[in-house]
Amino acid sequence: MNKRSSWALPYAIFLVLFVALPLILIMVYAFQDSSGSFTFANFTKFFTDADAIGTFALSLEVAIENTAICILLGYPAAWILANRKLNRSAVTIVLFIMPMWINALMRTLATAELFHMVGIQLGKGTLLVGMVYDYLPFMIYPIYNILNKMDKSYAEAAADLGATPWQVFWKVQVPLSMPGVVSGIMMVFMPTVSTFAISEFLTNNKIKLFGTIIQENINSSMWNYGAALSLIMLVIIGITTLLQDNNKENSGVIV
Amino acid sequence: MANDNIIEIKNISKSFGDKCILKDVSISVKKGEFLTLLGPSGCGKTTLLRILAGFGSADSGEILINGKDITNVPPHERPVNTVFQRYALFPHLDVYENIAFGLKLQKVPTDEIDRRVRKVLKMVSMTDYEDRDVDSLSGGQQQRVAIARAIVNQPQVLLLDEPLSALDLKMRKDMQIELKEMHRKLGITFIYVTHDQEEALTLSDTIVVLDDGVIQQIGTPTDIYNEPQNSFVADFIGESNILNGRMIKDRLVEFAGHEFECVDEGFGENVDVDVVVRPEDIYIMNKVDNAQIVGKVKSCTFKGVHYEMFVDTDKGYELMIQDYNAFEPDTEVGLIIRPADIQVMHKERTRNVYEGEMTDDTHVKFMNGEFECLPQEGLSAGDKVTVEVDFSKVELIDHPEDGVLQGEVYFLLYKGDHYHLTVRTDDREHIWVDTNDIWDKGDLVGINIAPTDIKINRRHE
Repeated sequence: MNKRSSWALPYAIFLVLFVALPLILIMVYAFQDSSGSFTFANFTKFFTDADAIGTFALSLEVAIENTAICILLGYPAAWILANRKLNRSAVTIVLFIMPMWINALMRTLATAELFHMVGIQLGKGTLLVGMVYDYLPFMIYPIYNILNKMDKSYAEAAADLGATPWQVFWKVQVPLSMPGVVSGIMMVFMPTVSTFAISEFLTNNKIKLFGTIIQENINSSMWNYGAALSLIMLVIIGITTLLQDNNKENSGVIV
Repeated sequence: MANDNIIEIKNISKSFGDKCILKDVSISVKKGEFLTLLGPSGCGKTTLLRILAGFGSADSGEILINGKDITNVPPHERPVNTVFQRYALFPHLDVYENIAFGLKLQKVPTDEIDRRVRKVLKMVSMTDYEDRDVDSLSGGQQQRVAIARAIVNQPQVLLLDEPLSALDLKMRKDMQIELKEMHRKLGITFIYVTHDQEEALTLSDTIVVLDDGVIQQIGTPTDIYNEPQNSFVADFIGESNILNGRMIKDRLVEFAGHEFECVDEGFGENVDVDVVVRPEDIYIMNKVDNAQIVGKVKSCTFKGVHYEMFVDTDKGYELMIQDYNAFEPDTEVGLIIRPADIQVMHKERTRNVYEGEMTDDTHVKFMNGEFECLPQEGLSAGDKVTVEVDFSKVELIDHPEDGVLQGEVYFLLYKGDHYHLTVRTDDREHIWVDTNDIWDKGDLVGINIAPTDIKINRRHE
């Protein structure tokens, strides 16, 4: 081992202790019953439990809806922020990004309190509002980033070739900003699948998401079933990450 | 006037903030012409091209294409197409889709798109590349696709913004020939922007030399090279010896300490002029008997085709000479210049002249600086005056803060026995300085003028 690579040692230890080891433990626990012998029972339990599957489907549904709303709201916002004619000040960008600096739990509690104050019944609607509020900056930022860095000669070239401003937007700027949208989806979709605190606070625990049942199982010491559920979630996240990796070449957005 | 002009640029001016980029620029372009906008970086040539394409607007003036005012027409409705400096090929589309982009927008039928795309691909020798990703192409290939994407729309005018600047020398030379050939085949008007004078001379029918937003000269490559209208053009295009001279009478000019026959007339008698002699037009020989100028070789460098020599003349001038034969340093040589090879130019100015105002009887304010002057009789504070300062009387100093004014060396010209500098002050005023000290372009300097060297006259309104 040469001198330079020995610098990596602390990180290697960190990786082993806090990334590799927990993953291995999840794998081990997921395929064991409570007495420690090998079994597929945890998985069969999940796939035969209509309630669990329903929660899982609902989680995906909420995550997809949340992501879709974030794109619909976030893209125009990012576009306006990146457009120097519409936005001359860096302060507005900071204002949009600022919620990212505040602890999500505090924001969520405050939002719940707000609904309570104006007398809105907590339920799926409030859950989505809270999620969009929490995750919107994570959608805006990567899209803003890519739009802001986009060489404006592409738009000029398109206009030069006869594209109206509307056509420039749809045929050049939107396709070229897709890597930003993909990053945004990753940053919104993946955490929403596994979230539990937001649903707990914003629905008064009326709606359970996938993250919630993992948390409940682990909390009630059903480690093996919890580990199996975690593994299922990891697979989902893994698949979405792989999808992003295919886009990475032309992405350039790393947040 | 028979109007075969496809483009009329009329009195275009443009500034960004208080920085003036284009000053009252007017150019007429004939149909089918290859016109080049040539100038150093920051001269306004790209700004002018962008105004033509519709990406920038002028503060004043108008642009006509085919007699129709297009000053306020958006870019997508203009009958021009642009080849961008960095190509701006759409990275999400392949070569074929890039080229077909404009045609698809015009809703051209698919089979015609196909035919036309294949035709231009053949024209730029990129036939087998239609399915390639544009990022996988080399610079030269991207360049060809960019040209193809523009000409497939059959524009009346093709605008090219330094299209070859990102290519290496060999590739650039090849592309120059291809561009020239393409221009001939297509028969459309090309407007080409470059800072490379050789490229401009090779390609153009007409060259417009721009500096600091002002047209310096418009002419054919031979005109511009052989008969530069001022020392900027002479210096910018090719190598040259630029010297102070004096027109003694018609067909007789004095410079470098010798009287020469020349072919220029109509300057008047005993008029100060600038003289340009191209280094390849000075004949150098070992015999000194019949020579007009005698000197000693100072240095000799092989340049591939020719040798480049600097000769110190016995009258104290340094001349650049290019010849196929080498003359070793310290050789005594004789020089001869033929009358037709001497280009005489009016001097743009013979001294610095400014409008100013007295602040008290020993101080005068001009160029936004207050200078001490000799006591002026009959003038008092507030009087409007004209101030004159000889080029050689302006003192430049290393520490800008020690000068009355601060400025930057903007342009320098070697005049055989001294440097003639253009210094731009912080308020974007110019002062011209003759000096033997060596300064570089971009040097920050302080400007002082001794009280005895400031000549003041009352200005009559």
